[in-house]
Order: sequence, then structure tokens, then C-alpha cells
Amino acid sequence: MNNPGFAASDSNSGNGSTNVALKLEDLQKDYFLKGETVHALNGVTFEVPEGDFLSIMGPSGSGKSTLLNLVGCLDRPTGGKLYMGPDDVSQMSDNQLSQIRATRIGFVFQSFNLIPQLTLVENIEVPLYYQGKLSRTSRKHCEEMADLVGLGDRLNHRPAQLSGGQQQRAAIARSLVNDPFFVLADEPTGNLDTKTTEEILHLFGDLNKAGKTIVMVTHEDEVAAFTRRVIRLRDGLMEFDRKNDSFGSAYGHGRADLTAPDQPTSPAATSPAATSPDSPAPPAAEEP
Amino acid sequence: MLILRTFVLGIKSLLLHPMRSALTVLGIFIGVASVIWLLAIGEGISQEAQRQIEGLGADNIIVRSIKPLNPPAGGSNSFILAYGLLRSDYDKLISTIPTIKSAIPIREIRREIRFRDRVVDGRLVGSVPEYAEVTQLQVDRGHFITDAEVKLQDPHCVLSKEVAEKLFPFEDPIGRRIYILDHLDYYQVVGVLKHRDATAAVGGSLSAQDFSKDVYVPISTMRRRIGDTIVVRRSGSREGQTVELDQITLRINSIANVMKTARLVKTSLSHHDETGDTAVVIPKELLDQARNTRLMFMVFMGVIAGISLLVGGIGIMNIMLATVTERTREIGIRRAIGANRADIVRQFLAETIVLSGVGGFIGIAAGYLCKPSVLLLRYVLESYAPQMIANLPDVVRNVVPIIVPVSIPLAFGIAVVIGVLFGLYPAYRAAQMDPIEALRHE
Ligand SMILES: Nc1ncnc2c1ncn2[C@@H]1O[C@H](COP(=O)(O)OP(=O)(O)OP(=O)(O)O)[C@@H](O)[C@H]1O
Ligand SMILES: [Mg+2]
Repeated sequence: MNNPGFAASDSNSGNGSTNVALKLEDLQKDYFLKGETVHALNGVTFEVPEGDFLSIMGPSGSGKSTLLNLVGCLDRPTGGKLYMGPDDVSQMSDNQLSQIRATRIGFVFQSFNLIPQLTLVENIEVPLYYQGKLSRTSRKHCEEMADLVGLGDRLNHRPAQLSGGQQQRAAIARSLVNDPFFVLADEPTGNLDTKTTEEILHLFGDLNKAGKTIVMVTHEDEVAAFTRRVIRLRDGLMEFDRKNDSFGSAYGHGRADLTAPDQPTSPAATSPAATSPDSPAPPAAEEP
Repeated sequence: MLILRTFVLGIKSLLLHPMRSALTVLGIFIGVASVIWLLAIGEGISQEAQRQIEGLGADNIIVRSIKPLNPPAGGSNSFILAYGLLRSDYDKLISTIPTIKSAIPIREIRREIRFRDRVVDGRLVGSVPEYAEVTQLQVDRGHFITDAEVKLQDPHCVLSKEVAEKLFPFEDPIGRRIYILDHLDYYQVVGVLKHRDATAAVGGSLSAQDFSKDVYVPISTMRRRIGDTIVVRRSGSREGQTVELDQITLRINSIANVMKTARLVKTSLSHHDETGDTAVVIPKELLDQARNTRLMFMVFMGVIAGISLLVGGIGIMNIMLATVTERTREIGIRRAIGANRADIVRQFLAETIVLSGVGGFIGIAAGYLCKPSVLLLRYVLESYAPQMIANLPDVVRNVVPIIVPVSIPLAFGIAVVIGVLFGLYPAYRAAQMDPIEALRHE
């Protein structure tokens, strides 16, 4: 069955070619408010290869959440194209988008967004329910997911009985349960203290190490420092897109087992054509 | 399986607000229970009315004497009014109308009846043996009036159960002699009847009949001893009336001939039309009318019950709209992690179906309590407010609710349909929400 756990095989390390998980072409989003048009995104172009760990930064109002919502298929762009693998999702119907969210995307929110009346394990189970994948073994699977994020002993607690960090772990477990292509996180550590932030980031790091593609919005440099690549937005435009030099060191310190030397993908191999003029040189394969 | 999960989820959500859910259920519950109750009581009343009319015999025609409302003014202080059916009418009817199988002449007079020092207020009924059959009287002991007794004008009588009990609390009445007040002649008791339920008034022309005061004698004996004229002295003046027959019950040879015969009977008695001192009652006609009335009654009750169900449905809609607003964020979360619009609709519809279904089930349970409740209520009222009960019309006082079988699935079905109909709009609203907006909702 779905096993997005840490032991998942790293598909990219085996073959040399990299698959583009996500491709944005001149993506635009306008909001119309009482006759006024707000250009939240003014044409953003970049690619995300499979296995990337990307953070999106930028000042408040620069369009980070807007971008993430488009990528997460919660909304449709008003211009440009958005490819998920080979599929153009920018013109899909509401039902098709729901289907994509159910099968390919795992969402993690700043405010955790667990359903209060459900227990932890039931919360983790919800995506399976909408995928029509509930079976006799799915409960067991969800318990494993809870175990994976270190909450195996809190299965029947309600969200209100968990700390913020624990709730966010549960939310991550929920985002993983349907074995998605991406995990999308909008300021996942925004409501957490430094120590918990670090725990959550390590969890993301481990997931990425196991092959999950992760796109995370943040406005904290310390958080962005954990990721492989940083895209910065300003006024709905991409300011820069660069490889994170500090990646690995920030992520790896004190965790020898996670600082694996070779990287699954090299975004550089696929991105040149797609990058905007102002983007810096594509990141090279990074290593200490 | 999935559907089951949806419902389990719905129940869980509803249990988060037990009070609110219970009140919503109450609305549907009252609607369902009232559908069943109203139809059951309506059915009980109409079946009772029908039974009483059938008691008159659908193949009978009843001709009665009626005291004219405005008797010709007499002037003198000794006035005797003659009206009603004549023995000649009786002879004419049986000899000219072949579809009349037999005719039962009846004469009724109120009299006080005495045995030793015990006196009861009674009704002396003069008739023929067939009377017992037509009015469904059953003999407990002895026998009813016989043809021989009518022929010989025997001074015999048959007592109703109640009269017998009052006059003879200790003795065996058979063979005893009772007296009619103001008369010297005795009547010898030859039979005692079983209890016979009173009949209600039918139409305007046939008053309620209470058999508990009756003393039956051969009509021939009555004529010889009492005659046709009864005189009442009242403060110096004498008033009286002459009536030959109070009623003739005609038995028709076939029910198909009833209406045709009725027309002939009316023609035959047309010489009474001017004074209006007779009336023809056709039970079959009344029966048909009663059936129509029943149908209208049912529709009327159904409308009332339907309105209460509608109110229950509005209650559901109200609660669900509040719930949807309250759970906007949950809807956003569910949409973000894969629910499509239909999933959201399904989720909220499941909740309304649970609400209305539970209301329906409890309503049915309460519906089945209709009969015991009504009987209990009547018992309580009879014990604590007997005069109030006595003032109610017979059919209402004696009503025994009869649950109309179709009302059970009907009420439940309507409840669920209403749940779905009124739940659809809130569920649709929930599904139409923009996931991003919903997620932002506090
Ligand atoms: N639903 C909406 N209707 C109108 N304008 C919107 C809507 N959502 C976002 N905007 C506008 O789009 C722009 C980008 O908003 P967005 O939420 O993407 O910013 P952000 O980068 O996530 O900011 P923050 O760091 O504060 O979360 C802002 O100017 C915002 O006002
Ligand atoms: Mg934001």
C-alpha cells in the first residue's frame, strides 16, 4: 500500500533523469474586488523537479500564499499555465481539482487545521476517506503514520488535547497518508516556538530525504535555511530563485544519518529554460 | 461502507450539540406523531360513525313521525295535536311497494315504570318480534316478544338489562309483574336483554337512541291499553297529542333497491309533505355521506399534520444553516484535503437525514401510543371532570383511535423527504464555499 515513510525508495537516485513534478509558466492571479483588480501574482515561471525541497519567501502581501494555493489546486490561475507532471491543471474543473488534491497533494497549514471533533487517528484518516480508499487496513496504516511523526501514543486524543507541535505533526501525518506527490506547507512553523520549529523542520527534512517533494512558504530566514532552494517573491513577481548554500549544514547538524552526501536531484539540469531572467544561476549539485 | 461512515460522522457531529440536535429532532417528531395521531383519531371517529350508521342497517329505510315545529294554534285550553305516521300509511306501504320485504311498526312513550316501591324512568316501546333483529337486540334470558303475544295482545314485556337491574336488584325478574305509573294494569316480564350500546344521532332526523331505559311490549297490547292519544295536564290546561306510529322500519329485499324504494316511499307519503310531520331516513345514503365526510376529514387532518411537518423542516433548515456557518473552517479543511462538492453535500445531507430519521422513528413510536394515551386521557377526564366529558358529542366521547397502517410509512417518508429537501439548501451552500475563503474563516 501507500508507504510514504522514511524507508521509501528514492526513485530519483536510481536513474539519471529527473522528472519535473511541477511547472509554472507565466502564472498569474488577479483578484477582483468591487471593481478593483488586485494583481496578486504577475507572471511567475519556474519548475520544481521531483524530490526538491523548496521554500518560498517574500514580504507580506507578495503573493506567497496565493502561489501555494494555486499549486495546491485550491484555486485556479487567471493567466498562465500550471503543469503537474504532464497534466495542465490550470483549467481543470472543480471536481478534477478536488481529485488532484485528494490523490497528489498533502497540505500543511500554519494553524494546523485539524478537525476538532475527530481524534488524531481519525484526522489522519480523512484524506483516505475522500479518496475512497478506506479499507480494513487503513486504520492500521494511519496508526503507522502517527507513529512515524512520533504520536503513536496519542492516537485517540483530540486536537485540543495536543500541543501545537503535536498538532502540526499530526497534520503532517495527515498530509502524508495518501502518499502525495507534494507536501505543500504555508508557514507551517509560524505558530510554533524555536525548538518545535526545529523538530518540524527535521521532520520535513527526513521526508525530503525519503523522496518527497516539499514546497514551503515562510518568511523566516532560519526556516528557509533548512531547504534546498529558495524562491523569493515581491509584488507578485519572482525576485530570485537560488540554491541554498547552507542547505545540508543547517539541516544536517547533529544528525549524521541524514546528511547523506548524494542528492537525489539536481534542479539545475531541468530549470534553465524556465527560469526568469533575474533568477541567479541554477543551483549546482550541492555538497559539503 | 462509505455511506455508513458518512452517517457515523454525521451522528458524531450532531452529538457535539446534543441540545440543539434534540430540539431539531423534536420538530420532526411532533410532525410525524401528529400525522399518525390525527389520522388515527380521524379514522376512529369516522369508523365509529360508520359503525353506528351500519347499525341502522344499510338495507333499511326508516320513516319517522316528527312533531311539527309550528302546530296550528288551538285557542282553547284543551288542545290535542294529531300528527305523524298512520296505520293506514303502514298498510299502504307494505301493500303497494313490492321491494319492501317487511315493515316494523314502532310506538314509543316515556313512562315511569314501577315494581313494588322501586320506580325507574323508562321508555315503553311497542313493536313486533322483528324489532329485536333490526335493532340488534340480544336476549339474555327468557324470550323477546313473539308473534303469538302480538296477536293475543298479551300483557307481557321484555326489559333492557339496565331497567331489569334497577327494578330487580335482588330478584329474578322473569315472571314478575311490573306496572306503568297511572295505569292499573300490570305487564308480566317474559325476557331480559343483554346490554346494547347507544347509537348516536344520525343526520338531523334520527335522534340518538339509548336502549338502557327500554321496556318492550307487543304493539297491539300498547294500543289497546294506552291508545294513540296521550294527554299531559299542565297548570290547568290540557295538552295532548295523538300519534298512531312513531316509526316504521322498512326492510328492503335487496340493497340495490334501497334508493329506488326510498323514492317510492317518499311519494307514497307525500300527503304528509304539507305538514312536514314525517321524515324518511336512508342509512345507506348517510353511509355514503359519511364516507365522503371521512375523506374530507382525512385530507383536512393531513393538511394540518403536513403543516407541522413543514415547520419541523424549516427548523432543520435553520439549524443546518447555522451549522454550516459555524463549521465553515471544517468545510475548508475537508475541501483542501480532497473533498469535492458532492462529498460536502453528502456530509450535511447525512446529518439532516439523521435528524429527520430519528425524529421520524420517535414520532412513530409516539404514534403507536395514540390509543393508550387517548384512553388514558378519557379515563382521567371521566374521573375528574365527568360533566365536561358528558358535554362532548357521542362520537368524540367514545372515539377509539385506529392507526391507519399507511400513515406510518407515509409520515416517516414525508419526514425524511422534508429532511432532505430542507437540508439540500444548507448543504449546497456549504459545497459552494470557496475553499480558501473557508480556510481563512475564524
Ligand atoms: N481573496 C482575496 N481577494 C482579494 N485580494 C486578495 C485575496 N487573497 C489575497 N489577496 C491579495 O493578494 C495579495 C497577495 O496575498 P497573499 O495572501 O498571497 O500574500 P502573502 O505573501 O501570503 O502574505 P503573508 O506573508 O502576509 O501571508 C495581497 O495583496 C492580498 O491583499
Ligand atoms: Mg500568506
